[in-house]
Amino acid sequence: MPSLKDLKLRINSVKSTQKITSAMKMVAAAKLRRAQEQAEAARPYSVRMDRMIASLADKSSGVGGPKLLSGTGADDSHLLVVMTADRGLCGGFNTSIVRATRKRIGALEQDGKKVRLICVGRKGKDQLRRDYASLITDTIEGVTRKKVEFSSAADIGGRLLQMYENGEFDICTIIYNRFQSAMTQIVTEQQIIPASVPEEADGVAGLYEYEPDEEGILAELLPRNVATQIFSALLENTASEHGARMSAMDSATRNAGEMIDKLTLTYNRTRQGIITKELIEIISGAEAL
Amino acid sequence: MSDTTMFELVSPERLLMSRDVSMVVVPGGEGFFGVLPRHSPLLSTLVPGVIDVYENDSITDRIFVAGGFAEVTGDRCTVLAEEAVAVADLDVEAADQRVADLRDNLKDAIGSEADRLIRRIAELEAVAVAMKFAKSS
Repeated sequence: MPSLKDLKLRINSVKSTQKITSAMKMVAAAKLRRAQEQAEAARPYSVRMDRMIASLADKSSGVGGPKLLSGTGADDSHLLVVMTADRGLCGGFNTSIVRATRKRIGALEQDGKKVRLICVGRKGKDQLRRDYASLITDTIEGVTRKKVEFSSAADIGGRLLQMYENGEFDICTIIYNRFQSAMTQIVTEQQIIPASVPEEADGVAGLYEYEPDEEGILAELLPRNVATQIFSALLENTASEHGARMSAMDSATRNAGEMIDKLTLTYNRTRQGIITKELIEIISGAEAL
Repeated sequence: MSDTTMFELVSPERLLMSRDVSMVVVPGGEGFFGVLPRHSPLLSTLVPGVIDVYENDSITDRIFVAGGFAEVTGDRCTVLAEEAVAVADLDVEAADQRVADLRDNLKDAIGSEADRLIRRIAELEAVAVAMKFAKSS
């Protein structure tokens, strides 16, 4: 039976935990809104870029096309870009990405493919380092700490392209959480190199004139598309992170509330018990006289 | 058919401009071209330079872009640009500074990283030159 003082201390400590979690929830909610706005604002660019690529890819999807579109002709070595958060306390957010990554690595290795990893975000690296330390070739941290800048996506894209040109991998896939709502995030695996061609939306593709020519535009467009896809994945991921943190902190706050209720009940009962006991002692002492 | 064309300027971060204009002149990869309503469909790369937006026969906006793409159809002109700044707000010194910073990085870089930096520096230098030209014109 814990003493009254112990109970009081526990109640106080749970109360201060609750204060922290509810503050974190507020912060996450504010950040989520901003991240969502940013993701929303970035959508027109990728939509239009997809449209251009769709109309171009139709024309030059032959073997002679650019390597970024047609691939290297092999699929022996895979590069996985794993996007996680830099910080924890966001429910199953990081774990679900890492789990998907492990599954993917397992499947690829079973097929005898070579796998390498690039970790964006500290948490993913920390978790994957235990089993796959030898596969991690590069880690990038701090991208999602403040506002996601396009330049950091372009930087990652540049590294990937350089590696691709050096023949260090055949297929590159990014793994991130697609934002659905604050409650649900969907782990998404998206192949970015060679580019997966989006579905043709409207039938005007054939009518375009090209300056300088299809190949020239594609050669410029595809590298940028890599950066764009990484950028939108980063944005989705950031929004998901804040969403996940918000709902995790919400349930933590609720849990703390329940715990406080329970502890308070026990505290009151104990207090009453003690008073009753003291009364009985006094009364029986008086009767004995 | 209307006598205006829909001009959209999109950066990776957001939609910067979307409105009906009478003409835009964009710095295409093969030379500047003007887009009027009912222009034939065209896809073009852009070089660093200035986009002039015309409304009612006068220039209402001059925007500097550091490269990108233009998609033109009969009723709209979409420009995708990673960097777009109004000419009045151009910061030439910052552009020069970026080049200088990269040059510093290049000193320590090795192998493929150095190649990448060299290419990036060349790109940024072209942008800086175009900026100076835009500012002076």
